Amino acid sequence: MVDQPIGRRNFLKGAGAAGTAAAAAMTGGLSACAEGQTPAQQAQQNAPASEPMMTLTPTEAAFLGAAYDTFIPADQYSPSGTDCGMVVYMDRQLAGAWGTGARFYRAGPFLQGKPEQGYQLALTPREFFAAGIAAANDWSRRTYGKDFDRLDPAQREEALKTMDAGKAEFTDFNSKYFFDQLYESAMEGFFADPIYGGNRNKVSWKMVGYPGLPATYASKAAEYRGKKINLPPQSIADLS
Amino acid sequence: MAKTMKHVDAVCVGMGWAGSIMARELTKAGLTVVGLERGAMRSTRENFVMPTVRDELKYRLRLESMLDTSTETITMRHDPSETALPQRRWELFPLGDGLGGAGVHWNGITFRFSPAEFQLHSHLTQRYGKNAIPADMPIQDWGVTYDDLEPYYDKFEKLAGVSGKAGNLNGQIIPGGNPFEGRRSSEYPNKPLVMSQGGLIFNKAASGLGYHVFPTPASNSSAPYTNPEGLTIGQCQYCGHCEFFGCEANAKASPLVCVVPALLQDKKFELRTNAHVARLDYDKHAKKVKGVVYIDRLSGEEITQPADLVILTAYPFNNTLLLRLSDIGEAYDPHTGKGVVGKNYCYQTIGIAGFFVEDEINPWIGTGTSAAAIDDFQSDNFDHGGLGFFGGGYICISGSGGRPIQVRATPPGTPRWGTAWKEATAKYYNHNLSLMAHGCQYPHRTNYLDLDPTYKDSIGRPLVRMTFNFKDNDYKMSAYITNKAVEIARATGSKVVTSLPRRGNFGGINGFASHHTGGAIMGTDPKSSAVNRYLQNWQASNLFVIGGSAYPQATGHNPTCTIGALAYWSAHAITSQYLKSPGALVHA
Repeated sequence: MVDQPIGRRNFLKGAGAAGTAAAAAMTGGLSACAEGQTPAQQAQQNAPASEPMMTLTPTEAAFLGAAYDTFIPADQYSPSGTDCGMVVYMDRQLAGAWGTGARFYRAGPFLQGKPEQGYQLALTPREFFAAGIAAANDWSRRTYGKDFDRLDPAQREEALKTMDAGKAEFTDFNSKYFFDQLYESAMEGFFADPIYGGNRNKVSWKMVGYPGLPATYASKAAEYRGKKINLPPQSIADLS
Repeated sequence: MAKTMKHVDAVCVGMGWAGSIMARELTKAGLTVVGLERGAMRSTRENFVMPTVRDELKYRLRLESMLDTSTETITMRHDPSETALPQRRWELFPLGDGLGGAGVHWNGITFRFSPAEFQLHSHLTQRYGKNAIPADMPIQDWGVTYDDLEPYYDKFEKLAGVSGKAGNLNGQIIPGGNPFEGRRSSEYPNKPLVMSQGGLIFNKAASGLGYHVFPTPASNSSAPYTNPEGLTIGQCQYCGHCEFFGCEANAKASPLVCVVPALLQDKKFELRTNAHVARLDYDKHAKKVKGVVYIDRLSGEEITQPADLVILTAYPFNNTLLLRLSDIGEAYDPHTGKGVVGKNYCYQTIGIAGFFVEDEINPWIGTGTSAAAIDDFQSDNFDHGGLGFFGGGYICISGSGGRPIQVRATPPGTPRWGTAWKEATAKYYNHNLSLMAHGCQYPHRTNYLDLDPTYKDSIGRPLVRMTFNFKDNDYKMSAYITNKAVEIARATGSKVVTSLPRRGNFGGINGFASHHTGGAIMGTDPKSSAVNRYLQNWQASNLFVIGGSAYPQATGHNPTCTIGALAYWSAHAITSQYLKSPGALVHA
């Protein structure tokens, strides 16, 4: 074993990966975003020491944080994935109705099918990510000698590309399928309304120029046509 | 405990467009009607309110308004030789649920079908020779013509307050409308929506190539409108949250806006939600359906609702399922081509041409429809001689909303993540467009619906088993019309154009639509159809089966407008003919 559980928890804390806590986003978070700061600076300012998790284990949170930070690195466009709240997003998703398979058809028999027949495992998303992260870390240890979150950025990049290409040989788990679900969770967490815990300070919406809500443009549909429009994005919480 | 309710004149199974229109027409004729709806009660005021209605994750990704697959789903296989497996979550397409059905979450694209489509077999054999249609393509005539349905199309458009521009008004071709459409007796009730920037770009390019651009007919009302039921439809806010979403402005026509409020005021009507219909009570000797047996999901009780007249107004899957579970009509056999129930399941064949432009698109200003379209390559509007396929589709420009989890294309070669991906995403979000080649899907001998032998739903009914794959006709048709879309995209001056015609096995999320047809098709002969030209079942004369299930084949145009027209057409036959002399309206 390369990684001990205690080491993991220290790593998570020490990484300072956690971004704005939900409470901060609702209260002080927005006002703390001073003009002239980079998105990364804004998020860092609001970051508490650690992030409470509802269901993710420290190992799982570290894995997801490392993956999301590779997908969404801190740069001129946004803070890092973890600073955008993406681990918090996924923790809440997996702890909630979706994660526990509330709307899944779960009657057997469970048979392997063609890819076009869709998801055929008995696992809920929570169980799927637990198994997938364990399999990915196992593969990472066999390949690199370390868990995924301990890899350096270039190795993380390479590992994710190998999974995406379907060339990561997980033990008894479909690495490409796992990668696809992981990637999808990243895009959801980054672009969904901040009410779900990710996309803090609407960073992704600002990045692309999506004004969010209220989206009532009957009087503007013709006027805005073909023009560059800069509207500060509004989220569900802003209008509640 | 089984319970039997008080007898009523008629019962409708499924309270979407077809069920609510039928129930309304029957109560107007003096009948007592019970409407059974599997899902829950819904209303704009309670369920679709700002700001929570604008939640892409909840409604588009988690499919909050759609059928819960743990309650009911379908199984799918590509070929009769394979084992079908259940959709454990919606990956092929989602199905609707709840009061108003799919009429709540639709986009509102409201085409009438091309006149030739109603007599497709006759039309193609006349134009291309009597052996032109391959033997394994059971294309059929509908038994009704466009002219038969025209007054009922008109009625539905006025109910839904459709925004558009006539292209053929009483035989006169009107510039700016769709010159290929059938003769219309009146102009659309509302003016076209404001064309988006994407629409203007498409209009210029397609017109430049000599095509006939028209505003896509839309049940997103361009102005406040009061329909013949006295119900008010609001003005579309161009919010970009139509498909998958309810409309807080009441601007998207839906049963909840256009019919249900009138029904709920009607003393002759009773709505029962959470009523999951198990089977029809069919007397095979008398050839009558005596009533409907359902499970009340609130109490768990099995309840029988006796009625003189039973109308199946559910989605094609459930209309077909209930006929099979009630043993009404001969089940379709893909090996012999005999039997009718489950026959000619058809879908939609969609190709995409993506492209990037300099213009500011502002994709977040959007309506449910796609601003502008052409019908030059729809149906048999072009010569198919030597092409090796039949059918076609309309081509339209995207524009239903720039919701960022899903709508943020980047040019080919862009990395999938990291700073370079973010840079491209930020750069192109406001500059990407796509053209949809929305194609037909004509029937094939081995595409059909039946009962799954293994998997059951939450009340113990077998799941519907869908045996379906795209076939040679679909691939060739999609390649042809998608290429036309690519040519239009190039004509915009775009330097980066991607082409994605329908390829490979049915499956995946590219180019899906919740447009399902067939299974209980209409026609002129009980040997090849489940219902007659009035949607009356050939076996049980007091049973009518309304909906997309009746379409012998799927054309390139979206199905809803014709569902509405058929509901009015069938209701008129019931109230003007059947009630005077109950029995078969057509003698085989």
